[in-house]
Amino acid sequence: MINVDSVGTLLEVRGVTKTFAAVRALNGVDLSVAAGEVHCVLGQNGAGKSTLIKILSGVYTPDEGEFHWQGDAVTIAGPTAALGLGIATMYQELDVVDGLTIAENIFLGHELAAGGLLKVSEANKRARAILQRLGHGELSPSREVGSLSPAHKQIVSMARALSRDIKLIIMDEPSAVLDSEEVRNLFRVVRELTSSGIAVVYISHRLAEIREIGDRITVIKDGRTMASGLDVASTPTPELIRLMTGRDVENVFPPAVPVPTTAREVLRVDDLAVKGIFESVSFSVRQGEVVGIAGLVGSGRSEILEAIYGAIKRTSGSVSLDGKPLRAGSVPDAVGAGIGLSPEERKSQGLILEEPIYRNVTLSSFARFARFSFLNERSERSTSRAQLEALELRPADPDRAVGLLSGGNQQKVMLARWLVHGTRVLLLDEPTRGVDVGARAEIYSLIRQLSAAGTAIVVVSSEIEEVLGLADRVLVLADGDVLATVDAGDIDEPGVLDLVMKGSAA
Amino acid sequence: MSVPTTATAEAEAVSSNRVSAIIRRFLGSAAGRNIGLVVALVILVIVGYATAGDRFTNVANILTIVKLASVTGVLAIGMTFVIIAGGIDLSVGSVLGLSSVVATLAAVQAAASGFWPLMIVVALAVGVLAGVVNGIIIAYGKVVAFMATLAMLIAARGFAEILSNRTTQTVNVRGFLEFSGGDLLGIPTLVWIFLLVAAAGWVLLNRTTFGRRTVAVGGNREAARLAGINVKRHTVYIYALAGLTAGIAAVMLAGRTTSGTSTHGTLYELDAIAAVVVGGTLLIGGRGTIVGTVLGILIFNVLTNIFTQNNLNTSVQAITKGAIIVIAVLIQQRFATRGSRKE
Repeated sequence: MINVDSVGTLLEVRGVTKTFAAVRALNGVDLSVAAGEVHCVLGQNGAGKSTLIKILSGVYTPDEGEFHWQGDAVTIAGPTAALGLGIATMYQELDVVDGLTIAENIFLGHELAAGGLLKVSEANKRARAILQRLGHGELSPSREVGSLSPAHKQIVSMARALSRDIKLIIMDEPSAVLDSEEVRNLFRVVRELTSSGIAVVYISHRLAEIREIGDRITVIKDGRTMASGLDVASTPTPELIRLMTGRDVENVFPPAVPVPTTAREVLRVDDLAVKGIFESVSFSVRQGEVVGIAGLVGSGRSEILEAIYGAIKRTSGSVSLDGKPLRAGSVPDAVGAGIGLSPEERKSQGLILEEPIYRNVTLSSFARFARFSFLNERSERSTSRAQLEALELRPADPDRAVGLLSGGNQQKVMLARWLVHGTRVLLLDEPTRGVDVGARAEIYSLIRQLSAAGTAIVVVSSEIEEVLGLADRVLVLADGDVLATVDAGDIDEPGVLDLVMKGSAA
Repeated sequence: MSVPTTATAEAEAVSSNRVSAIIRRFLGSAAGRNIGLVVALVILVIVGYATAGDRFTNVANILTIVKLASVTGVLAIGMTFVIIAGGIDLSVGSVLGLSSVVATLAAVQAAASGFWPLMIVVALAVGVLAGVVNGIIIAYGKVVAFMATLAMLIAARGFAEILSNRTTQTVNVRGFLEFSGGDLLGIPTLVWIFLLVAAAGWVLLNRTTFGRRTVAVGGNREAARLAGINVKRHTVYIYALAGLTAGIAAVMLAGRTTSGTSTHGTLYELDAIAAVVVGGTLLIGGRGTIVGTVLGILIFNVLTNIFTQNNLNTSVQAITKGAIIVIAVLIQQRFATRGSRKE
């Protein structure tokens, strides 16, 4: 922990406002960042965090606001100006170019060249030094970035920031694509950066992470700074949640309802395998039961769901619903049989962002609203509206574009889709990714309600706490092998991690 | 914190903001973009009347404009579906040529002498077949639409040349000529066909499951697939539909020119694409309207007519068309980025 007062302020921002087409995204944001600190910015989705980041990195021009950099009044006129000051940004959607090598990505925009010719070996040498500093000396600078995992792409993005002479790095939800092990490495790197005097602005939903890595916190709500410079160590969690949401939220999982022993088996997976990804996965889910799958990124957890759903083709094994076998690799068959998937990447895999809510809700069942192929949009709208009201999505306006909704509400639209369809088996991949603290509790309680109503549910999450909190039974996975199947009550988070680590090492 | 302002000034700012937001949202919506096209068309009509007077505004001339617009118009309706679904079909002009050749082969005409609609059936079948081939190569062969349909553009022209021996085949089936050259209620059959195809296209896009699937596939292909839509099969249907419109256009052109030849429809695909894009359909897919496409076709054809009526250089006309395309796309991009932005 550093003493902020003795180091002096690096960046001071006051009264920033920004309006998009009559929507006030920012309405008076203040932020003060000291050299060498990790300053966390906390806020729900839609609070204005992304807009603030884009203003600090020069992507957007603010309507109003004062900016002081090392005591001098400045304007941040564009991305180049921000980099010129020494502000680099790691965006949530990793902005690396897949077709270029690691070194080419690192020096993108400030290539090492002499007389117009690239100095390839010099760039590779310097890239290697930066990668080593980041603890990833094993990555070859000449490797193509498209072949890297999201975690490694993030390392490249960070290396790019470090290749310039920077004093402040903005990290937008850097842990969203990472596993606990990789998050540990990220924190190590962050600590190394701050010890050399670089300030980090850290954006995250995850309070536990902020507790671990942050020095001070600024909380934003509805485009306004609610509190700034809060000390991480001494501010209690309920206080932070209250500042973020404006109300008191108990961030706990609703109590599990025991599954009756008489409950029928709905989904059965036998020796399921996808060559090169996972082997011989078997489990079954009874009516009203929630089965969780825990494992690291790359353990095959998402692919298991996709193979059950037919989105990727299984190479062997069988999947059956109510005893009836399902054809391999056919999503329409799975959907028709009553299986629904809420995919990991809601925006790119789940929703049509430009389309209104009701069309996203009925995307899997609109044919049912048609007579001789002619759609009855009125009945689509009213069915959607009723479902939105049941899920407490406000406002329950079926004509709003789904892209304008927060992460939590988008997840509700996905759930509404399968509820309208009448799905009996729900596969949830990262159900609360990009969902803020307040809405998370709602999603958890909806999942509970669904299972209590008899839906069989399989949950995959990178947050082990979430898997344990929701599931009745947990499959622990490492490198495509099921290491153990345990009752959720019989294992805790360290226990799962222990299994995963041992499994990966073996 | 924010600079204090008086309550009234703030209220005014908010209300003027709201009005401009409503205007922007309207202009950004499908209906709003079509209003822009209607305004453009009205301006063109005024220019036409101002420069050519009665020669431009008389009924016969108006019917000529629409009649000339009808062939590419039909192609553009099919193209609208393809582009909304996120694809492109470069082959429609060429498939039109092939369909016109096959339908006017001596053997086909001989068989059609007793039953002239056979020529229409043949033309449509050839179009649909070519479209299905396109669709299968794109959906199941995973070839990008641009390349698959470029290949079909080249190959269909080749087939047409072989079948016709590079000659122009004259149509002599009387029933067919009477049908295609006729009129109903004073309006030429070709114009009726265009109107029917446009109306059917509108219903198909806006009121049916087929249209919904098309928008879903173009709006987010992966989301459509994971929602249980059979994206590959639908892709084949869409290119088959584009092929069908090429077949219909072949019937129309063969009727108008009373001939079938391998050069029929050359470069029509580009006119169709231009009309679709000017009509407000996004080239990346997911959004577009039939009304916009019809307006786009009319704008280009009214422009051509104005130039012809005033005996102006066709090269200047080409430059003007190019400028219109660029301006329309620039306007679209401005509105497309608004409203959909969050945070």
